[in-house]
Amino acid sequence: MGLATRVAGIDLAGPAMLASGILGISMDVFRRLLDSGAGAVVSKSLSAEPREGYPNPTMAEAAGGWLNAVGLSNPGAPNFANMMRGAPGVPVVVSLVGSDPDEFVSMARLFEGLEVPAFELNLSCPHVEKVGLEVGDDPELVSRIVRSLKGAGVRVIAKVGLGSSDYLGTVRAAEDAGADAVTAINTVRAMSIDVHSGRPVLSNGFGGLSGPPIRPIAVRCVREITSRHEIPVIGCGGVSCWEDAAEFLLAGASAVQVGTAAGGNPGIFAEINSGISSYMERRGYSEISEVRRAA
Amino acid sequence: MVRVTGVADETPTVRTIRFEDPGMAAALPGQFAMVWVPGGGELPMSVMAGDPGGAAFTVRRHGPASTALYGVDRGDLIGVRGPYGNTFDVREGRLLLAGGGTGMVPMMRLAMRVADPSRVVILMGARTAPEVIFERAAAALGDVVISTDDGSRGEEGTAVDAARRLLGSGRFSAAYVCGPEPMMAGIVAEARSRGVFVQASIERPMKCGVGICGSCCMGDRLVCSDGTVFDGDRLAATGEFGAIYRDKAGIARRY
Repeated sequence: MGLATRVAGIDLAGPAMLASGILGISMDVFRRLLDSGAGAVVSKSLSAEPREGYPNPTMAEAAGGWLNAVGLSNPGAPNFANMMRGAPGVPVVVSLVGSDPDEFVSMARLFEGLEVPAFELNLSCPHVEKVGLEVGDDPELVSRIVRSLKGAGVRVIAKVGLGSSDYLGTVRAAEDAGADAVTAINTVRAMSIDVHSGRPVLSNGFGGLSGPPIRPIAVRCVREITSRHEIPVIGCGGVSCWEDAAEFLLAGASAVQVGTAAGGNPGIFAEINSGISSYMERRGYSEISEVRRAA
Repeated sequence: MVRVTGVADETPTVRTIRFEDPGMAAALPGQFAMVWVPGGGELPMSVMAGDPGGAAFTVRRHGPASTALYGVDRGDLIGVRGPYGNTFDVREGRLLLAGGGTGMVPMMRLAMRVADPSRVVILMGARTAPEVIFERAAAALGDVVISTDDGSRGEEGTAVDAARRLLGSGRFSAAYVCGPEPMMAGIVAEARSRGVFVQASIERPMKCGVGICGSCCMGDRLVCSDGTVFDGDRLAATGEFGAIYRDKAGIARRY
C-alpha cells in the first residue's frame, strides 16, 4: 500500500500537497509541513520584485469559507531563491506570477541548482490586475509562457481558475504548449459587503473565495478537464478532510492541494494520508492511481 | 459588528476602547481579536477585560489601522473576529508578570486570572512616566514595580534591567512577559539562564489570524495559531525570537 505517487514527473510522498498562498514564508514552516505529511509544498506566488500586498482587511470569513485579497504579497523571486539556498533539503514547488514569457523565464533561472521539482504558474489569481486571471484569460499568452519555460528545461504546472474566458481553453493552451500538469482551481472571484457600514469587507473590494463553498465547483472542473484532456490534474479547492481528497481523486485528479483547511491545522496532511490509506486498504487498492481509475 | 460603549484616554497616545461582546469578554489572557474599523483597516488586538460582560482593546496609535481604532467614538460599530490563540500556563508559587507599553494588556488579564495578589509582582516598563498605563488597576492585582528608561518614574532603566534584579532574588517560580520583542527576548533570556519557567505572548504582523497566511511566522511556528503564548525554550529554538522579523513582503530582516 503506497501513498507515494508521481505526478508529471514530480515525486510526492503523499497525495496531499500544500496549496500556493498558504503559510510558506519561512523555510522552517515548509519543513514542518513536509514532516507533517504534506506530499509537497508550493510557495506563495513569487513576482520579479517584492510585493507588500494590500492593506488589511485582507481576509474575512464568508459562507463557511474564506474570502481573501492578500494582493500577492511575497518577498520576490530573488529573495525567495536566497531563502532556499540557505535551507537545503527542503524541496519547494515554486509558484510564479508575472505577465510575460521573459519575466517567467528569468525568474525560473534564479532557481537553477535548487530543489524545485516544478514551477506552478499562477494563471488564476482573481484580485490583482495584469497578472493571474488576466493572463489565464489569454490562452495565446499562456501558450507562449509555457513554451518559453519548457524551452528553459523546467517542469511546468499551470494553475487555472475561473475567469472571464472558458478555462478549458487555458487548459488546452497549456497542454498543447507542453505543460506537465494542471492545478485546478484557484479561489473564485467573490465579494462580501458589511450591511452595517455598507463597505466591502476587504480593503480591495473584490477577493477570492476559498474553502468548502468552492469544492463542488472545483470537483466539477477536475472532472471536466480529465474527461477531455490527457494532462494530469492536481485538484484544489476546499479539501478539508480525507473524504474530500478522495472525491477529487475519483473526479480524476492525480493529487490534491490543501489550502484553507491547512490554516491552523498542519496535522491535516497526516489526517488525509491516514484516511486515504484506510480507504485504499478497504477497497484493496495498492496505489493512489487505482482510486482515480475506480471512478 | 459590535458597538463601542466607551473610550478612555490612558496616555496622550494610548486609549482603551470598550464594547460589549460575550465571546470577547470570555477571552483568555494572551488571546487576541482581529479588529476591523470600516474604512480604516484591520489589526490584531489583545483582548482586555472591561466591565462585567464587556471587553476592551487598549490601542496605541502609530500606523494607519491603530490610528483608525484610536479614533473611534462611543456608538461607533467595529468588526471583531476571534478570540484566537492560546493562553498562559499558570504555575504555582510567586509569579513575575512583565509588561511593556500596551503589552500590559495580557499581563493585566493574566493577573486577574491568577486572582491572588500575594503571589504576583507586576513589572510595568515604559520609556517615560506619562507612558505608564494601568498603574492603579495593577496595584489591586499584585505588587507593582515600575521602570522607566529615563528614570522619570520608578526605577531608572529598561524593563529587562528591572527583571534581572527581580529574578536575581530567586523568589520567582515563573515569569510571563509581553511587550516589544527585544524586551521580551531580554527577559526570556534572563529567566532561562536562571532556570525559571518563562512564557511570552508574541506580537507579529497578521493578516488572517487563523494560521492561513503565514505572515506571523517565527521559525516554524505561527504566532496566531501556535501562540500567541510560547514557552521560553520554544522561542529560543526558533532562532528568530528577538533577532529576526519579516516585513510586509515577507522578507526576513534583523531587529
